Amino acid sequence: MTKTVEKTDALDLERKFSKIKPLLKSYEASVEASRCLFCYDAPCINACPTSIDIPMFIRQIMSRNVEGSAKTIFTQNILGKSCGQVCPTEVLCEGACVYNAMNEKPIEIGRLQAFATDYAIKKNIRFFSKGKKTDKKIAVIGGGPGGLACAHELTRLGHEVTVFESAPNAGGLNTYGVAPYKYSNKESQEEINYISQIGFEIKTNHKIDSKSLSELEKKYDAIFLSIGLGKSNKLNIPGENLKGVYGASEFIHELREKEQKITVGKNIIVIGAGNTAIDATVETSKLGANVTVVYRRTEKEQRAYYFEVDLAKVHSARFMYLTTPIEILGKEKVEGLKCIKNNLKFEPIKGSEFVIPCDMIISAVGQEKMVDFYKNISGLKIDSGKVIVNKDFQTSNLKYFAGGDCVNGGKEVVNAVSHGRDAARGIDRFLMEKVSS
Amino acid sequence: MPNLESNFAGIKSPNPFWLASAPPTNTGYQVMNAFKAGWGGAVWKTLGQPIVNVSSRYGALSYKSTRMMGLNNIELITDRSLEVNLKEMKEVKEKFPNHALIASMMFEKKEEWHDCIKRCEDIGVDGFELNYGCPHGMCERGMGSAVGQNPDVCEKITSWVTEKATKPVIVKLTPNISDITKPALAAQRGGANAVSLINTINSVTGINLDTMDPNPTVSGLSTHGGYCGPAVKPIALNMVSELTNHPDFKLPISGIGGVETWQDAVEFFLMGASTVQVCTAVMHYGFRIVTDLIEGTSGYLDSHKMHSVGELCGITAKKLKKWEELDLNYKVIAHIDPEKCIGCQLCYIACEDGAHQSISVIPGQRVPMIKEDHCVGCNLCSLVCPVDTCISMVKIETGKSKITWKDHPANPLAKVKAF
Repeated sequence: MTKTVEKTDALDLERKFSKIKPLLKSYEASVEASRCLFCYDAPCINACPTSIDIPMFIRQIMSRNVEGSAKTIFTQNILGKSCGQVCPTEVLCEGACVYNAMNEKPIEIGRLQAFATDYAIKKNIRFFSKGKKTDKKIAVIGGGPGGLACAHELTRLGHEVTVFESAPNAGGLNTYGVAPYKYSNKESQEEINYISQIGFEIKTNHKIDSKSLSELEKKYDAIFLSIGLGKSNKLNIPGENLKGVYGASEFIHELREKEQKITVGKNIIVIGAGNTAIDATVETSKLGANVTVVYRRTEKEQRAYYFEVDLAKVHSARFMYLTTPIEILGKEKVEGLKCIKNNLKFEPIKGSEFVIPCDMIISAVGQEKMVDFYKNISGLKIDSGKVIVNKDFQTSNLKYFAGGDCVNGGKEVVNAVSHGRDAARGIDRFLMEKVSS
Repeated sequence: MPNLESNFAGIKSPNPFWLASAPPTNTGYQVMNAFKAGWGGAVWKTLGQPIVNVSSRYGALSYKSTRMMGLNNIELITDRSLEVNLKEMKEVKEKFPNHALIASMMFEKKEEWHDCIKRCEDIGVDGFELNYGCPHGMCERGMGSAVGQNPDVCEKITSWVTEKATKPVIVKLTPNISDITKPALAAQRGGANAVSLINTINSVTGINLDTMDPNPTVSGLSTHGGYCGPAVKPIALNMVSELTNHPDFKLPISGIGGVETWQDAVEFFLMGASTVQVCTAVMHYGFRIVTDLIEGTSGYLDSHKMHSVGELCGITAKKLKKWEELDLNYKVIAHIDPEKCIGCQLCYIACEDGAHQSISVIPGQRVPMIKEDHCVGCNLCSLVCPVDTCISMVKIETGKSKITWKDHPANPLAKVKAF
């Protein structure tokens, strides 16, 4: 039995999109913290792209020094709160926890990290301040996690920083990309306010084009590119322009912007089996749709993490593997998806075409790289759409540094944070060495 | 099935698991519930002259998320009248004639002792326990540990009791003394039929760091209290063994101090106790824990083809010797099972910073390596390892015969040179 999703009332939405990993209570946090073995040269630290001293911050929670714990986290990762909640901890820190080798539940590092950082943000306990003024000005293009981390670190080092963000709000993926049952708009905004009060400016609704870019080049001593990725990739099959066909990142952007107060179809097909595809699957399922995931290869090849796929299955999503979409059917509006079955070599099986009726399609087969934008920057070397940087995150155009998705092609929030932080140090070395020599 | 029935210095009970004189034996209601649950005996909350208790009486030591590793109290003896206590004790004895009911007592004057002994015997108690151990409050009035700490007084008061009592007399000893054998032998000289130990240890469990008040706080102040619970067991085991091994000490021992599981009880038996008394574990979990004590002890006896607790009595105490009698040529070294190792490297850092720098780590490899030619066999790594049986201490055949310090060439006072 299905029914068209009407505007679900706010309370119901709140319940459906409540945190899958709720904030720990103080007592829960100390019980969990006391389980930590305090490993030497702990594998969890090595598994964290920002190398947070995890055993130490957990020990500080155990000794009820939550403020000190937050400081330990923020010293390495100023976006420690969102990372604690949106990181795929199962394959990072928690995946490396030695308890796994004992067949015991790993320490809930992500939730402990969220607990400590939430404490500091709610109480607005500030650990860092603006460094001694250097008279250097840096523009950060893109106010996502990488840009914010870079801007914060640069400000600590004494530079004057302006962040340019094209969207109405900063935060990037944290605000417009990750699943709302992991991180809410409110939390993202609180985190941005907490970080930026160190003293850098964020200009939102400020899209940078070729003209404004050349102005930035004149006005600023260095520019950090943290522009992420572009639009969702096209499927390149007939019928793609029909009403009811969405790109996954655009769909999620709208969902986040409207705080889930949107109407979706009743029978939805999600194409692709990466983490974004699964996010869209779970989100639309929560909004009441029957969702079918169509993927051309098998469960083994799918890029989504196993725990994300499990979550989709809990939400009754149906998975059709070895299935390639070949045509979107419909007059004005999408009415079905014509597919063909593949063999185990992923080759289409002749005559196996079939149609899945649907009223909405979300295509989640990756995002475009921002190659058009890169054309505006002289001498900028790119490889398969990714900006090439050295270990200081400096590009082939020495004025430009870059980090995050535009460098790694699209990874986790925590990778972007690590890039942003380290790029800031690279920028500082570059600008200050010039001063001293 | 082994027979758990106990005859302790003439006091008979269905099993050797008694409740210690403490809050769980405050009332007839509690003791009857305890007997129903399966406890073999109960030492009633100490009878004495009227007292008033403070509110806020207990403080505890918790370790990480483990609650009440140690408990302390500043509660005194019973705060109910002797008449009420005797009436309830009589009811208990009538309903449970085969269970051991022991009256704990604490008085100042000989006449008071004699009066209470008579009244207790009239209602049918099975024995007496003299509270010479309470380390707080009562000792300020010359009772409790003030008696237990002075062997002459201990002997004298014991003799007051034994000259009057027709039922067996147990003297409860305080551990707040440097040589436990002194008051124990004094009790023996005074005619006691048995001893029980340990009573609680002087302690302050902690401080509220917000107010800087000591725990448990009584309107901002506190006093040192009596410490008990799992944390005190090692101290109790040692003291019990000291009595067991003393050539002149002949009385049966009731072991007290941190008994919670059957393993704890068996350890006390192996050290020479023939009954055990329990308090903190019941204050934590209730009377129902006795099921595990009974079942576990029976199973242990079965697995060792033994028929009674008496067969365990003192086996391990005999293995406790002076340090100078230990074999200095006995050698073990640590062995890490790489299959079981989870790579926490706690053994490495414990050895490196806290012991003998005998473990190395190889970059990129989580399983540490024992420097076998360097390892002194101290056991520390095997103690910190969170995985059962991952680090074992393996005996090394040195080919050398046993040598003790008495005979060791490094000992300037050695009588015989080894070589």
